[in-house]
Amino acid sequence: MQETGTSSSVSNSGMLPEFASAFASEILATEDFRGDVTYVIKPQRIREMIRFLKTLERCPFNVMMDLFAMDYLKSNTEMPERFAVIYNLYSLPSNARVRLKAYVPEAKPEIESIHDVYKAANWFEREAWDLFGITFTGHPHLQRILCHNEFVGHPLRKDYPSDQYQRLKTSIRSTGM
Amino acid sequence: MLEQVTENGRPDGAVPEADSKYMRLNVGPSHPATHGTLRIFVELEGEILRDMKLEIGYLHRCFEKMGETHAWNQVIPFTDRLNYCSAMMNNVGYVMAVEKLLGIEVTPRCQRIRVIMCELSRIIDHLVCIGANSVDIGALTCFWYFFRERENVYDLFEALCGARLTTSATRVGGLYKDLPDGWVEWAKKVIKQIPRTLDDVDGLLTNNRIWIDRTKGVGPISKELALDYGFTGPCLRATGIAHDLRKASPYYGYDQFKWNVVTSEGGCTYSRYLVRMGEMRESLKILEQALEDIPEGPVNVADWSISLPPKEQVYTTIEGLMAHFKLVMHGIKPPVGEIYSATEAANGELGFFIRSEGEGRPYRVRCRPPCFAIYQGFPEMALNQTVSDAVSTLGSLNIVAGELDR
Amino acid sequence: MISVEIYRNFMQIQRPPTTPVVAPSEEAKDFAFTTRLADFIQWGRKNSLWPLPFGTACCAIEYMGVVSSHYDVSRFGAEVVRFSPRQSDCMLVLGTVVEKMGPVLKQVYDQMLEPKYVIAVGVCASSGGFYRAYHVMQGIDQIIPVDVYVPGCPPTPEGIIHGMIRLQEKIQRGGIVRARDRHKLIGK
Repeated sequence: MQETGTSSSVSNSGMLPEFASAFASEILATEDFRGDVTYVIKPQRIREMIRFLKTLERCPFNVMMDLFAMDYLKSNTEMPERFAVIYNLYSLPSNARVRLKAYVPEAKPEIESIHDVYKAANWFEREAWDLFGITFTGHPHLQRILCHNEFVGHPLRKDYPSDQYQRLKTSIRSTGM
Repeated sequence: MLEQVTENGRPDGAVPEADSKYMRLNVGPSHPATHGTLRIFVELEGEILRDMKLEIGYLHRCFEKMGETHAWNQVIPFTDRLNYCSAMMNNVGYVMAVEKLLGIEVTPRCQRIRVIMCELSRIIDHLVCIGANSVDIGALTCFWYFFRERENVYDLFEALCGARLTTSATRVGGLYKDLPDGWVEWAKKVIKQIPRTLDDVDGLLTNNRIWIDRTKGVGPISKELALDYGFTGPCLRATGIAHDLRKASPYYGYDQFKWNVVTSEGGCTYSRYLVRMGEMRESLKILEQALEDIPEGPVNVADWSISLPPKEQVYTTIEGLMAHFKLVMHGIKPPVGEIYSATEAANGELGFFIRSEGEGRPYRVRCRPPCFAIYQGFPEMALNQTVSDAVSTLGSLNIVAGELDR
Repeated sequence: MISVEIYRNFMQIQRPPTTPVVAPSEEAKDFAFTTRLADFIQWGRKNSLWPLPFGTACCAIEYMGVVSSHYDVSRFGAEVVRFSPRQSDCMLVLGTVVEKMGPVLKQVYDQMLEPKYVIAVGVCASSGGFYRAYHVMQGIDQIIPVDVYVPGCPPTPEGIIHGMIRLQEKIQRGGIVRARDRHKLIGK
């Protein structure tokens, strides 16, 4: 198999033992597919976990590479909840990657914002809100970022048809920054 | 051109008072200095930027939704149009992710050709960036010089895949086509000319008093802040961090070539310019080595459930015909799973997160664009400087709207 | 001094049969010609287009190729690229226009002075291209009138130049004042 695309997992067996022991009650599952380590976690203490990983002694995950949402509505496999928020962290000193995945329920798609842990998270969270409708509590201005401000619905949800256009009616105005 | 005072600049809708010392101005999204479709609200005190808010999305072309509604190989043309200055690197980044999902490794010849195309793309991307940046500052000559080289590289691409800009030259498990006859010698000739142009521009800019005044110390960002914002690529290396995925986790045999990661200090526009100039020279080094000994053999993997069988097999054998039919009608069937794969594109880490449900099309294609993170840090660099400095800073970041908004 | 060739070219232009053409006398043919005022103005117009590149995406990169030395659009008199709509008369829409960008395009178009022409460069501007998606406008002719459509994704520089030449032909055929009510019917 090709392992060149991303950096390899943190270690072969335990991945991040410090993290696993510190948040043992929060981690629901650990996945290792093609060398990508994913921790499936409960969403409640996400900020603590991210902060913990950022300041980890052995390999501080100092870059937040990506933050995005998933919609498992049409998935063939049974998922715990419809939506998931995925955090992709990278440790520059030790060239390691880790992925956190928090399922959030369809009835209340909500998770705490981490915009003050990583500055990068701000726009990524806005994007996840825009496209999936995940609410990031504590975010300073959770507004649409990619779609126009009259857009109704969240286009990347699986029940939104890909070719359902929405015309922008008003002329140029600021979206309120 | 669309410069007008915005009506409701703030969430609270506060209108600036008449005697306010700040002036609010809207720049873009159709403005020559915003390179495409960026929109910036600025608050000026005299000529100094005191506050700024960015608005993006003026080129949101729904890449991720399109990825869900097209077959695995049909997504490749959409990836072209992410960073259209260097389309080939997006192609490679995407197919590498799919190949990781499939758990296959492409042939050595294919790997080498991809390296060559990627490095050529990196060079032409940096040419556009520096060329456009210098135009913004007023040095039009460099732009003409650079575009001559770009045209030469375009001809190479056109010979390989028929398209100049949006190449779509890769396929999952290989390439659209092998190199045409005489291509390698041609490419060697083309890359021999590039250093001369680089020297010309070096002579025009690097020690030019005006250029230095306009760029040195302009738009600086610290290491810590750059990492916090998720900077990658030349903008990160300009702050002094020698991080390059081609070195950190080498793919396609980048570790076999002799080359260096170019860094610079200061994180200002000038250091970003130096990093890009240096990187082009390093890419030329890689190209020289890569073009020397291209491995022989096929460019596509032998597995007919991933890449199309050769035409003579399709026309003469029933197995070939069936494999062709099945692949065209049903598509590739990667196993169920989620992977993330990253490559070092011209602007930084281009990552693709893909979920497969084992069907003929992706369940989700997520693109991690390097520009998105970089542009978010733009106010940190541009605030408390003049408007003209912000223009030179923005040009040096190489924000490509196709990638920013997807 | 305008040469005899140009005079002959003018004579070949089709014109309504009712228009009286007064040919110069035999001795004056070496240094003078007669033409209609409309033809003369259109001839000047078509050879001095001042383009406004409304560049949003990939096609804008190809347009950079068009204006740079290899393809050199100044051979066709259209190299004075202006980024201000008030100084230009030919808008090139280069790239995908999404819903969010639509009003901006309309406003920039409205700021241009008559006579003004629009070239939709690339399939995205012409019809939305392969972006049949929730946020992409399916062709800019939904909001502004278009004179020439250039196919291709992106079109080659030759294609863009070809589109400009077709526009020049169209300008030569047109009147001094263009009927601009057309877009009021289709636009909003």
